[in-house]
Amino acid sequence: MYEPKIIGYLCTYCSYPGADLAGTSRLKYPPNVNIIRVLCSGRVSPELILRTFREGADGVLVAGCHFGDCHFINGNHRTAKRIPILKKILEYAGMEPQRLRLEWISASEGERFAEVVEEFTETIRGLPPMKEVLR
Amino acid sequence: MVSVGQHENIEILSFSEVEEVSGYVGNFEVKVRKKARYVKEELCNGCGLCQEKCPARNIPSEFDCGIGSRKAIYMPFPQAIPRIPVIDKVNCIYFQKGRCRACEKLCPREAVDFEQEDRILDLEVGTIIVATGFDLFDCTRAPQYGYGRLDNVLTSLEFERMINSQGPTGGKVLLKDGRVPQSVAILHCIGSRDENYNEYCSRVCCMYSLKFAHLVRDSIGAQVYELYIDMRTFGKGYEEFYKRLMKEDVIFIRGKGAEVTDVAERPREEGKLIVKCEDTLLGELRRIPVDMVILSNGLEPRRDATQTARLFGLSRSRDGFFLEKHPKLAPVETASDGILIAGACQGPKDIPDTVAQAGAAAAVALSMMDMGKWTLEPSIAQVDVERCSGCGECLLACPYKAIELVEGRAQVSETLCKGCGTCVGHCLPKAITLLHFTDEQLVAEMQGALLELEVV
Repeated sequence: MYEPKIIGYLCTYCSYPGADLAGTSRLKYPPNVNIIRVLCSGRVSPELILRTFREGADGVLVAGCHFGDCHFINGNHRTAKRIPILKKILEYAGMEPQRLRLEWISASEGERFAEVVEEFTETIRGLPPMKEVLR
Repeated sequence: MVSVGQHENIEILSFSEVEEVSGYVGNFEVKVRKKARYVKEELCNGCGLCQEKCPARNIPSEFDCGIGSRKAIYMPFPQAIPRIPVIDKVNCIYFQKGRCRACEKLCPREAVDFEQEDRILDLEVGTIIVATGFDLFDCTRAPQYGYGRLDNVLTSLEFERMINSQGPTGGKVLLKDGRVPQSVAILHCIGSRDENYNEYCSRVCCMYSLKFAHLVRDSIGAQVYELYIDMRTFGKGYEEFYKRLMKEDVIFIRGKGAEVTDVAERPREEGKLIVKCEDTLLGELRRIPVDMVILSNGLEPRRDATQTARLFGLSRSRDGFFLEKHPKLAPVETASDGILIAGACQGPKDIPDTVAQAGAAAAVALSMMDMGKWTLEPSIAQVDVERCSGCGECLLACPYKAIELVEGRAQVSETLCKGCGTCVGHCLPKAITLLHFTDEQLVAEMQGALLELEVV
């Protein structure tokens, strides 16, 4: 057993307040996720995700607004297109595509955020540590 | 409305449609299509002779929900501003058969012009207020209430036109066969607070339903049943009105109407409409025979809200209404600077709230114009011209059309950019950076988060 390290890229207007709500509602979720705020999930470039893995993150969570709910009209549509392709590339490169997860979490879904983090941490825990993979 | 029409600083472009919006706060360029109404506005004085003499009659009036009729040249309703009629091409005898021109011959000011064409106006404006309103829930989407199938099942707006003294029936409430109803059921929450249609509360239905109950009691004295989920009388004086109606012998039943049927099971139900419901205060299922059913249908976003949102660069909340910048701190502003929203296009609201919001939007617009300057958000995208390959991917990615190609290189308009960074995520040569969220900053944050700390 090891404690995985997960980086979460959360958008300012939906998922970040969602995570905040999970905190203020005192929901328990694993502390393995480190949240980095971006303005829109569309900002998260594939290079940034790959770089995150290379720096040793065991998993990457990208969370944005639900469709039609995006503060930036349709930034999240781009993310939705991008992530599945990147997953294919990860698989091609010999990495488990489960390490990358895309979720839509709104500002009112604190519970959902806690659930996602719990599930995702469990998934990552089942995979070998990234450090060993990189070695 | 009259004072708006007469104000020297207000120009009303009715029967017109915005086709294109470009530019940014303070410098919007708006293309408006002014449709041909076939009446010269500068000549017409609204005498109404053309409407009187037009031979194309019995066209269902949209304003009267099809209960009344209009002519082919008409004003939507008597108090319409501006008081200038329009010719409905589809029903006009001249446009369909090539003969008639009665209105042209009879108009004392020679204002009718069958050759008129659509005009495109290019306007330069500083701020824009979007107040496109709402649509009513289409009751045919809820077939269990029998709207359109059973006689004497009316929508709220149809009943409103019927009971209006200026309306098509002159204020008489009549059944299809001409009788006066002895009993009326008013069903609340049709199409709102319902997970099958819209989850939100439409806010206005409780109060207009109470108004209907009062008008029915007052004008024809029929027995009124109000079937409600919760009575939401939130405004000033509203609760008092509800209390007053309880004294007017209106029967309030706590329970949503489940079905309206004409299949009688008992002798006293013969020839009546039967409203089925669960009375949650009595804890039993009931069948209420009535003569007329009014469906209090809820408010919905306009059917063309998607196109409007795209045109003005507005976001929409999950219920489909336009999204304000902040629900408490910026309730009339939107994510696009200089574009404001007011009224039911932002969410269901009643007349006092709409008037208040419209006043707020006007005040914000005026203060913006008065300032003459505008502070921009600091986090915007910047292009490194050296690295830009000019592929144009960012142009497609930008939700605000803030990027254009200048001499084969991308250029970000600082006033239009809202700093979402979608272009940054899309840029292959990494030529675009988002200030305050640069790659270096995010990577440093990420590296810090991944640092192994040894606890001593």
